Amino acid sequence: MPESIPPDSVGLVEPQTLHVDQPLELECGRVLPAYDLVYETYGTLNAEASNAILICHALSGHHHAAGYHGADDKRPGWWDSCIGPGKPIDTDRFFVVCPNNLGGCHGSSGPLSRNPETGELWGPDFPMMTVKDWVKSQTRLADALRIRQWAAVVGGSLGGMQAMQWAIDFPDRLRHSVVIAGAPKLSAQNIAFNEVARQSILTDPNFHGGRYYLHDTYPRQGLILARMVGHITYLSDDAMRMKFGRDLRSGRFHFGFDVEFQVESYLRHQGETFSRNFDANTYLLMTKALDYFDPARDYEHSLEKAMERTRCKFLVMSFNSDWRFAPERSREIVNALVQAGRDVSYAEIDTPKGHDAFLLPIPEYTKLFGAYLGRVADEVSAHA
Amino acid sequence: MPEALLDANARGAAARRDDLRLISDWIPRGATVLDLGCGDGSLLASLRQERDVNGYGLEIDQDNIAACFEKGVNVIEQDLDKGLGNFQSERFDYVIMTQALQAVLRPDAILDEMLRVGREAIITFPNFGHWRVRAYLGFKGRMPVSSALPYEWYDTPNIHLCTVKDFQVHCQRNDIRIIERTVVNRHHRSGALTRAWPNLFGEIAVYRVTR
Repeated sequence: MPESIPPDSVGLVEPQTLHVDQPLELECGRVLPAYDLVYETYGTLNAEASNAILICHALSGHHHAAGYHGADDKRPGWWDSCIGPGKPIDTDRFFVVCPNNLGGCHGSSGPLSRNPETGELWGPDFPMMTVKDWVKSQTRLADALRIRQWAAVVGGSLGGMQAMQWAIDFPDRLRHSVVIAGAPKLSAQNIAFNEVARQSILTDPNFHGGRYYLHDTYPRQGLILARMVGHITYLSDDAMRMKFGRDLRSGRFHFGFDVEFQVESYLRHQGETFSRNFDANTYLLMTKALDYFDPARDYEHSLEKAMERTRCKFLVMSFNSDWRFAPERSREIVNALVQAGRDVSYAEIDTPKGHDAFLLPIPEYTKLFGAYLGRVADEVSAHA
Repeated sequence: MPEALLDANARGAAARRDDLRLISDWIPRGATVLDLGCGDGSLLASLRQERDVNGYGLEIDQDNIAACFEKGVNVIEQDLDKGLGNFQSERFDYVIMTQALQAVLRPDAILDEMLRVGREAIITFPNFGHWRVRAYLGFKGRMPVSSALPYEWYDTPNIHLCTVKDFQVHCQRNDIRIIERTVVNRHHRSGALTRAWPNLFGEIAVYRVTR
């Protein structure tokens, strides 16, 4: 934590846990008999419960979106750039809820938790989750918090896909859906990158069919490789050039395979940090949820038909250097919404930061994001 | 931004607001509208309030986009010079373009696109045939600057200026039917002179066309 908490931070926060006994029927056909959802909240719910915003996290995210857990925290939550007093998701005006998705490894039921029926760790036997399943589980959290209708459901990347699925599956339970750096489904290239990441984990000798914990080990090398390849897709060519160029760590060639270029050092560091903090089974499951996401599939493969079910207003934003989910992918969403006659606004942010830009405090981005959500907050006040 | 340009922008916005009043009268209740170069969303906001019109604006300036967000107006960031290929044919009742025809790369192409995605198009543009413009060039020998054309030759976004007559000839040659026309003076009023000699006394031309 910084020496003093910045005035635009939500400050010290504490995760909470919701235990759900109502079974959850999953898209894969299996049933989760009971489960835990760990979540954080920031701001205050108003008397009408009309100012709540749900934050959906992306592939490697979790419930800790903003603020600090304690004095030892080096960094705040993963979306602290956008959540806090006076920030785009303004905690002076909104009550913000961010859960950890099922199948995650940060406290919600997942491979690291115990199967209540056997008492054993779920491990690789935790059911495969989809975006639809996540959204359904999040409705239980909304019910528990007595939030009948979200002012907005907001997410970037895989989180944006959940915001979209909310609008399709539960059209009356949200007034705005904010889809940032998203896509209506993954391309073959996207799936290919995910498959490389999965294969690097699955073929790690320490993977042991996903039961590495029984062998007191984990597929460290596989996770490192998976994160390295993933990380390349989160940055743009320009961002890498600006950050590392061809800089050498020691200023000269060593004619070997140790780390020489700064970019190699960076990627290895990212991979190693990630491998210590993330569960391999969760990573496999989350990448599959991405691959399976395709809301149009339930509507004769027509995104327009899927969007005809929605009732909320949409904000779609993309970043021009994002090649993982390029602006064209966001425009597919916008076009389907226009064709379906739904309210939608779209902005494309000019930045070299690539896919990761949605996490960063880019002035043009936070300004537009804040302008949109400011209007959403005004609507809440007008109806209070 | 230099003060002169800021001033010019403010005057441009004022001209646009006056256009809005003329246009609103032509739009029936509940119509669907696409507003090309929608600025801060004033037209769509007033059409929504007064006529229950459902629509979208296209805009590239992010300050304007933010202003649309603040008004709750649907706005899509899109460059008009890249066409309207993402909109299906006859998706809208009206496609509107105020004070932007002269600023696009290919006015003829955008006009065709407007009449493809909309049943009707409403277009406003500054008339380069106005007597003051002719006199400015004729007597001063310099590129005209006026309240309707507030830029210098080097900083003007208006790269395809035309006259009332030019526009009508274009419509005739391309099977575009003019349903309604209003030509007004600088105070956005129509009088005996603008009606008798629109190409000489009209400063702003407002057309409703179809195919």
